[in-house]
Amino acid sequence: MAEIHAPAVRPPTILGDKTLGGITSDVFAPLDRRPTRLWWWAFLSAAAALLLGTVCVGYQIMVGIGTWGLNRTVGWAFDITNFVFWVGIGHAGTLISAVLLLFRQRWRTSINRSAEAMTIFAVMCAGLFPVIHMGRPWLAFWVFPYPNARGPLWVNWRSPLLWDVFAIGTYFTISLVFWYIGLLPDLGTLRERARGLRKKVFGWLSLGWDGSARTWARYEVACVLLAALATPLVVSVHSVVSSDFATAILPGWHTTVFPPYFVVGAVFSGFAMVLMLMLIARKVMHLEDYMTMRHVHAMCKVIVFTGSIVGLAYGTELFMAWYSGNPYEKFAFANRMRGPFGWAYGVMVFCNVIAPQLLWFRKVRWSLGAVFLITILVNVGMWFERFVIIVSSLHRDFLPSAWTGYVPTWIELGTLLGSFGLFFTLFLLFCRFLPMIAASEIKAVVASERHHAPVAEGVAAEGVTTENVAAECETVEAAA
Amino acid sequence: MTRRIHVALFADEAQFLAAARTCRERGLALLDAFTPYPVHGIDVLLDVRPSRLPWVCLAGGATGLAAALLFQYWSSITDWPLNVGGKPFDSLPAFLPVAFETTVLFAGLVTAAALWLRSSLLPGRKPRRELPGTLDDRFALLVAHKDAANDFAETRALLESLGAVACWDEMEDAS
Repeated sequence: MAEIHAPAVRPPTILGDKTLGGITSDVFAPLDRRPTRLWWWAFLSAAAALLLGTVCVGYQIMVGIGTWGLNRTVGWAFDITNFVFWVGIGHAGTLISAVLLLFRQRWRTSINRSAEAMTIFAVMCAGLFPVIHMGRPWLAFWVFPYPNARGPLWVNWRSPLLWDVFAIGTYFTISLVFWYIGLLPDLGTLRERARGLRKKVFGWLSLGWDGSARTWARYEVACVLLAALATPLVVSVHSVVSSDFATAILPGWHTTVFPPYFVVGAVFSGFAMVLMLMLIARKVMHLEDYMTMRHVHAMCKVIVFTGSIVGLAYGTELFMAWYSGNPYEKFAFANRMRGPFGWAYGVMVFCNVIAPQLLWFRKVRWSLGAVFLITILVNVGMWFERFVIIVSSLHRDFLPSAWTGYVPTWIELGTLLGSFGLFFTLFLLFCRFLPMIAASEIKAVVASERHHAPVAEGVAAEGVTTENVAAECETVEAAA
Repeated sequence: MTRRIHVALFADEAQFLAAARTCRERGLALLDAFTPYPVHGIDVLLDVRPSRLPWVCLAGGATGLAAALLFQYWSSITDWPLNVGGKPFDSLPAFLPVAFETTVLFAGLVTAAALWLRSSLLPGRKPRRELPGTLDDRFALLVAHKDAANDFAETRALLESLGAVACWDEMEDAS
């Protein structure tokens, strides 16, 4: 007899056979309790880093960017590296909230809220760097085309730096609106549960959400439309960021592979960051039933896939440097691998190309410790990728008489640390005051899996039930 | 004029949908429904028209695209033609990134604004109806009689037999 696999004998997206009320209390009850000691420790360390960063930024604004390690050859280094790094981190949030919504990937519901929040905070961190790099940030409004007293002299529409203003500005605005619309139903629930001042605040924020069927119908259409808008937007943002480099004639930058290479790298680093935060959150906030091993596996697969594309892009760059026959291009890559910053190139290749390949193995994916380590490595590697691209191309260009080195000052290091402080402070505040999980979306997923579960009918004869699969997952998880 | 309506709460999506269907078959008017998550199928029973938001979105996007292109051409050809590295004044390919971003920005903001205004979701707005548990785990159905001669006790018994966990009457402004 031909064996036909029963379709979709998958573990349920949400474990523990939740009732709708159970989901509400799982998601909202932690917000009513006092923060845990662990949360306070995390928050205070993040706030300390933020304070350090604020001091550094304040100092460099008062004294000038001469406090950085930049020189007349290396005009971009830490700040632009951090900018590209943080924009990249943000991309996974949009990918999870928008692209996976269009592909109807139900597992996204457990993580989309926190991933979108991460996007917004990461873009805030990113936007900080070009502004402080201006040296006179109080004139930052000059980047906008407004009728001014200088002519009016308009902005240069042909410059990728201006495209950045529009791309990042649009990206931040649309991400924020999309996130807020997604929050409305849960803000309504928060309003109902809260008392006193909190009730007033959430009453105002929830815009009078009442869950009417007419509103829901319109709301769902609006969400799909915003997802469809955010999908090409996310591709455009990092393509524009890559144009900052690709439109320059510097060897190592002047290449057409940059836009796709940057977009994939962004998704790669962003997914690693989401997975890292998710692994922490599910432990600290006890969300193991919502962020299951199935989620971890799905994320691991995206990471190994995008990591392989990043590896391919590195190979393509090297091949083109050789195949172009351009001596400057050849030198740029030889110098990148064996020059003074060769160690950074090594870190980058090890973290981005070699380490994620371990995720092909089931055993590694089941080991949360190993996965956590790999996500950290990927984030380190992706930061170094941008550092390598920027500094190794700049420090030795066409004229050997202009060659120089680059060493960051403690101001630059402090600012980088401060941006992490800003990111984690905002993220921890978000975990305290807003529901980390989109409760209304989870309820819809749980209800639809219960009503249309193929497991319940087709496979019940073989003794496989939703409970069995869930129990099996739990035991394997416990063993891991 | 006020009229009397029935409010029935259900604890299960399937029962709630079946009850809505039965009420409709019995000739009762379904006024509205309040649910903790979007229940597919109830919109059909309530005769909710397909949303016109996609058209609003398209209009917003088209406005953004036109505005961005016109402004870039006007500022770099008409108002102050500036020679940047010998590039042509009409640099359409270089104008596209900004045009695209503005398209998305307008389309997204207009869609969100239309959703908020049309559903009257505005800061400070009180919810039209606060029913116990409909933002948690209850599904509420609002039913009215098409003519005044109907028997209220009978309707209530019907709703309870369909699985309503709570059921009560309310007076409502039927304007």
